Amino acid sequence: MTLDDFHFASILVSTVRNAPVLIFAAMAGLFAERSGVVDIGMEGKILASAFTSAAVAFSTQNPWYGVAAGVAVSVLLAMLQGYVSITQKGNQLVAGIAINIAMSGLTFVLAQFFFQQGGRTPDLGQARLFDLALPGAQYVDNIPVLGWLYGHLIGGHSALVYLAFALVPLVHWVLYHSRFGLRLRACGENPHAADAAGVGVARTRYLAMLVAGVLCSFSGAYLSIVQSGFFLRDMSAGAGYLALTTMVFGNWRPLHTFLGCLMFGFFGAVQIQIEGVDLPGIGRIPGSLIQMVPYLVTVIVLAGLMAKSVAPKAIGQPFVKSR
Amino acid sequence: MNNHDLPRWASAFVLPVLNLLSALLVAALVIWMLGENPGESLKILVNSAIVNPEGLSYTLFYASTFIFTGLSVSLAMQAGLFNIGSEGQMYFGGLGLTLATLALDHSLPAWALIPAAMLGAALFGALWGFFPGYLQARRGSHIVVTTIMFNFIAASLMNFIIVKYLIPLGEQNTASRVFADSAAMPRLNTWLPVLGDTPLNVSFLLAIAALAVYGVTVWRSAWGYKLRATGLNQHAAHYAGVSISKMIIVVMLISGALAGLGSVNSIMGSTHYLSLNFPAGAGFVGIAIALMGRQHPVGIFLSAVLFGALIQGGFDLSLEKPNIPTETFIFIQGLIILFCGAMENFYAPAIVALLKRRKA
Repeated sequence: MTLDDFHFASILVSTVRNAPVLIFAAMAGLFAERSGVVDIGMEGKILASAFTSAAVAFSTQNPWYGVAAGVAVSVLLAMLQGYVSITQKGNQLVAGIAINIAMSGLTFVLAQFFFQQGGRTPDLGQARLFDLALPGAQYVDNIPVLGWLYGHLIGGHSALVYLAFALVPLVHWVLYHSRFGLRLRACGENPHAADAAGVGVARTRYLAMLVAGVLCSFSGAYLSIVQSGFFLRDMSAGAGYLALTTMVFGNWRPLHTFLGCLMFGFFGAVQIQIEGVDLPGIGRIPGSLIQMVPYLVTVIVLAGLMAKSVAPKAIGQPFVKSR
Repeated sequence: MNNHDLPRWASAFVLPVLNLLSALLVAALVIWMLGENPGESLKILVNSAIVNPEGLSYTLFYASTFIFTGLSVSLAMQAGLFNIGSEGQMYFGGLGLTLATLALDHSLPAWALIPAAMLGAALFGALWGFFPGYLQARRGSHIVVTTIMFNFIAASLMNFIIVKYLIPLGEQNTASRVFADSAAMPRLNTWLPVLGDTPLNVSFLLAIAALAVYGVTVWRSAWGYKLRATGLNQHAAHYAGVSISKMIIVVMLISGALAGLGSVNSIMGSTHYLSLNFPAGAGFVGIAIALMGRQHPVGIFLSAVLFGALIQGGFDLSLEKPNIPTETFIFIQGLIILFCGAMENFYAPAIVALLKRRKA
């Protein structure tokens, strides 16, 4: 391969296809963290819903049952996390890590138990979620730029991709313009004031975790039944942590966080494209080094922006009602 | 929480045991749902890991590594830092050990080579702990996220280094060349033949020594006092004259070095070469050990032995029961972190109530 194979157009298309994994998780994280609960456990929830979605979609041959089952499992984990963080007032970081490690083991054990394929599910085949063609796409297909733009960049994705992009303005509206969002942010910034104003802090945080659980599950379902078409051990590969970083990048604001997701999606797309390409003056960059890029970018983003990025004030602190 | 209402024996002994039992109960439930008999599985596990003397020495062999990673996580926790990066620090420490050994193993005798290799492991581990420590102290990047990122970076980087530079010409196995015999840690069965054919080696004694040094340093030295003060209340410690950012960086250096030293047992005590992904989760086990052992030397030792037994017994168990693969123990590890770490005071209210009723 030479530099000529390095297509900018296909990088853009795969950016759109990579981003939803992070968008779902990051929007989930926004709900949890703006309400004051640190959500380090997204990685585990993504993994659990990725496996459940794939397993159920395969055995029922219906991707939507898979998505629904993924939601159920992810919500269950989010409620467990909520119970530990809100009711038990335990350490939220430790709870999240515990869920991540436990799910990394359990998904493998269950995949092996049900399918005997070394911890992966069979290929989903027909049970994958298919790409939708936008109406009229076939008419513009032959027009040079418009055909690509309408048929491939904007159109031709699965329903979950559109859901991800539609979520961003919705989350923005809920957080900033709804009563629930106002209360949620109050609980994350100053739970005592919220409590004094008559807001149930525990109830609000549980609701936030519920929403976070639902949204996070789509990220896992997208990984297994849209992107790859099967579940693979530890297939989330740090997506939950990258989503956390996009929140730092976006200063815990939905629209800016969304830009962070696009940035990571773009890097992911470049990473796939650049593999095996002879770069002038550098030569081939080995795949193992390219794999490092998103993690390095994360560290650089955290190091460069953390000082300027302001987390919700009460994040990670259990709320103890004063008497 | 209201841990202070409890007598010392209850919070230091009864609570951890109850938490551990809860985790194991959930694990037993899952094993039962996989169609296996938990009681029978436990029997196989205990027989293989504790009753059989050779199995027991394997248990202690695994425990030697876990003591180091457990210490690594515990020390950071004393300063209020949640170091999830012991895995990567141990992995990178293995590179330091390997580079020192590859350079020197044909020229130095064992008594000089082994300390040199250990120094290499500690230095490289410390370096991998330094970056997140520095970023936390000076840039405010959250240590949990940066240490996780450095685990991923270590995995990719080590893959690159091993594949590109360390595989000997003509070999297929993704590993460095085998070290010279002088680089092998002396095995304990040369003095105690009763142990049988086991990789249990001097690292075990070093691990015990490290536990003692840790205990004395943390609870009996001025630096340890500053360390614990930082962990309990950063603002108070700062007001009392402790430089917080310096403390964070130093703690992460030592924590990384301890994790790096974990590679000594794994590599020089057993395989004698650097291989892809050799820590195999030992760093994450360290988190469970630190939480379960409440960062106390005796607790760390007992937890490390328990995890050694789970690994050794679990391996034999997976051979007999294909439905319980070794990954089951990653799940159990997560459960232990959940019950002993995040929900550590789950049973506290019940015990407080019980004690009050007795007094009344």
